[in-house]
Amino acid sequence: MTTLTLSKALNEGLRKALEDDPRVLIMGEDVGKLGGVFRVTDGLQKDFGEARVVDTPLAESGIVGTAIGLALRGYRPVCEIQFDGFVYPAFDQIVTQLAKMHLRSLGKLSLPVVIRIPCGGGIGAVEHHSESPEAYFVHTAGLRVVACGNPEDAYTMIQQSISCDDPVIFFEPKRRYWDKAEVDTAGSAADALPLSRARTVVSGTDVTVLAYGPMVRMCAEAAVAADADGRSLEVIDLRSLSPLDTEAIFASVRRTGRCVVVHEASVTGGLGAEIAARISEQCFYHLEAPVLRVGGFSTPYPPSRLEEHFLPDLDRVLDAVDRTYSY
Amino acid sequence: MAVKAAGRVAAAPDSGPGRRTESDELIQLLTPEGERAEHPDYPLEISTEEIKGLYRDLVLVRRIDFEAIALQRQGELGIWASLLGQEAAQVGSGRALGPRDMAFPTYREHGVAWCRGLDPAKLLELYRGVSHGGWDPKAHNFHLYTIVIGSQTLHATGYAMGIQRDGAVGEDGEAAIAYFGDGATSQGDVNEAFIWASVTNAPVVFFCQNNQWAISEPLERQSRVPLYRRAHGFGFPGVRVDGNDVLACLAVTRKAMQAAREGQGPTLIEAYTYRMGAHTTTDDPTRYRLAAELEAWKLKDPVERVKQYLIRSGLTQMSFIEEVEQEAAEVGTRVRKACLEMPDPQPLAIFENVYAEPNALVDAEREQYAAYLDTFVGEEAAR
Repeated sequence: MTTLTLSKALNEGLRKALEDDPRVLIMGEDVGKLGGVFRVTDGLQKDFGEARVVDTPLAESGIVGTAIGLALRGYRPVCEIQFDGFVYPAFDQIVTQLAKMHLRSLGKLSLPVVIRIPCGGGIGAVEHHSESPEAYFVHTAGLRVVACGNPEDAYTMIQQSISCDDPVIFFEPKRRYWDKAEVDTAGSAADALPLSRARTVVSGTDVTVLAYGPMVRMCAEAAVAADADGRSLEVIDLRSLSPLDTEAIFASVRRTGRCVVVHEASVTGGLGAEIAARISEQCFYHLEAPVLRVGGFSTPYPPSRLEEHFLPDLDRVLDAVDRTYSY
Repeated sequence: MAVKAAGRVAAAPDSGPGRRTESDELIQLLTPEGERAEHPDYPLEISTEEIKGLYRDLVLVRRIDFEAIALQRQGELGIWASLLGQEAAQVGSGRALGPRDMAFPTYREHGVAWCRGLDPAKLLELYRGVSHGGWDPKAHNFHLYTIVIGSQTLHATGYAMGIQRDGAVGEDGEAAIAYFGDGATSQGDVNEAFIWASVTNAPVVFFCQNNQWAISEPLERQSRVPLYRRAHGFGFPGVRVDGNDVLACLAVTRKAMQAAREGQGPTLIEAYTYRMGAHTTTDDPTRYRLAAELEAWKLKDPVERVKQYLIRSGLTQMSFIEEVEQEAAEVGTRVRKACLEMPDPQPLAIFENVYAEPNALVDAEREQYAAYLDTFVGEEAAR
C-alpha cells in the first residue's frame, strides 16, 4: 500500500496502462512536458515518449476526432479535456461519432477511447472551470460514464476504463485531486470492484444517500454528523453513472425507504431525476417519502464568490434528510 | 466558364472578389471533348486496357446511382444521395488507392465504394433504413459513410497518425484519404484536421469534391478564395484538378497518396466538379439554380469524354461500349433485386451492438420489450 493523492493515483494508473499495453496513448493539451494543468500526466511523456504522450493542438474536437481515427487503427487513446467547460467543442465528435460507431458498423468496429474530464467546482475558478456536464453524456447511448471519488478508485477505475472496449467518459473530481489515501498499487485492476458497480461507502439503515465524484466525501461526512443526531445514513458512491448500478441502489432504498440523491450538477434534467424516476418505478411500495434531490440550482454556475451557495454541502444534505421525515 | 480546348489550363469561375488569379490552374489530362492533354507535373502512363477499365467503372457506378434513384422513387429506399456528375472524381481517386490505404467517405462516395470492392447492395442498407451502414470497414479498407459534415476528416487524420506510430510510412508505406465536399470546408472539424495533419505531417490526403453546391448554397457562401489554396495557409500543398477528368483525378491522387505514404505529409486536392443531380432525392434544385448552369456542365460530362476519347482515338470498338452497357444493365438488375429481397431487421435488433461489452441497462430494456412484444403473439393467433 502506498499513500497517494487522487491526482497521483490517476498518474500511477495511467503509467500502469501505458506499461501494460503498447497501444495505449495519452493525448491532450499540455499533457506532455507540463504534465497537465493538474499534473495528472506528470512525467509520462518523459518516460513513454512524445509518440505515446501527445501534446495536441488546442482544439477539443480535434483531440476526440483524431483519437477516434487512432482507435480505428487499433490504438487505445486516453484523451484529456483540460476542464469540464471545454468539452463542448468535442461534444459533436463524442455524441455523433464516438458513441455510435459500434452500432453503425453492426459491431464490427469498437472504439476503446477514454475521455478524462476534470469536473465540478469548489476551487474558486473562473467561468467554465467548475461545471458538471455528466448528464449530457449519460443521456447518450453508446457511452459509458464513470466518476471516481477517491484515490483507490481513481487508480483502478482509470485502468478498467482503458481496458474497456466501449468509449468511457471519465469524470475526475478536481477539488479532490489532492485528497490522500492508501492505494494498493501492487494489486491488479482487473481484480478490483468492476467498473459498472457502485460501492457502499457508509452502511446505514435510515436514509440512502446516493452520490458520486466530489460529493462522496462530503456525504460520508454528513453521515457522521447525522449519526450524532441519531440518524443512520447509508452512503453509496455510484461510480458508474451509465449504466447505473440499479441493483445496488434498489436494494439499499428497499431497506431504508428513504433516498436523497446528491450531485453538483443542476437538478433540472440531472442524473438525480433519472435515479428518482427509476426508484419510484421499482421501489414504490418501500418508499416512506419521495426521493429528494440536492444539487446545483437551475442557474448557470455562479461566480466563485457565490459557489458555496450553489454547491451542495453537508447542511443541505442533512436538511434534505430531515425533509424525508416530513411526509 | 470555358475550358480551353485541348489545353491543360482552364480558368476558375470568376464569381467573387479575389477569386480568379493566373495561378488558379486546373489540372487536366483529358479535355471535355475527349482529347488527351499532358501536364509536366502529372505524367500519366496508362494502358488502353486501364482506360477501358476506368470507363467501365464510370458507367457502372452511374448505373448503380440511376437504379438507386429509381428505387427511391418507387418507395424502396427512404432517400438517396446521387453522385451524378462526380463519377470521375470518385473513380479516379478511388483507383489511385492501394489495397492497404484507408478511405474515409461521406454519404455520396458510391463510386469510391465501388473501387474498394464493396458490394453496392450494402450501400442501400443505409438508405433503405435497414442499418446505419453495417459493412466491415476493414474488409475493404473503406470506412463507413459519415453523415455529419466533415467529421471523418479528423478520423482519417487520426488513422494516419496511427500509420505513423505503426512505422508504416516510407517505402511501401500506407496512407489515408478523407473525402468531403465544398460545404464541409467551412466546418471546424475540417480545419482542425488540416492543422493536425500539418503539424504531425500525417500521411493523409484531403480529397475535396467541390461540386459547387452545398444543398442550395453556392460555393460563394463558403469561400472567397479557391478551396485548394486554403492548404497553403495550413502549410501543405493544395492542387485543383478537373474533377470531371478521370485521368487527371487518378494522376493527381496517385501522386498525393504516394507523397503521403513516403512521409511527405498531407495534400489537399480540390476536384472541381458539379453535382448534376439534386443534393438528395428530397431536394429540388430548380428552386435555387438555373437550368442553364446544368446544361453547361453537361458538356463536360465525366463519362462521355472518356467514351469519346476511346472511340475517336480508335482505341476501342463500339462493341466494347455496348458490352459495358450490357454489364451495367446486369449490375442494375442485381442491385434492384438485392434491394427488394433485403429483409427488415427484427425489432430486437435495436438493442444489438449498442455497446461492445455487456450493458445491464440495454439488456433490461431488451428483455422488457421482448416480453411486451410477446403479449401480442396470442392476439395475432386469435385473429
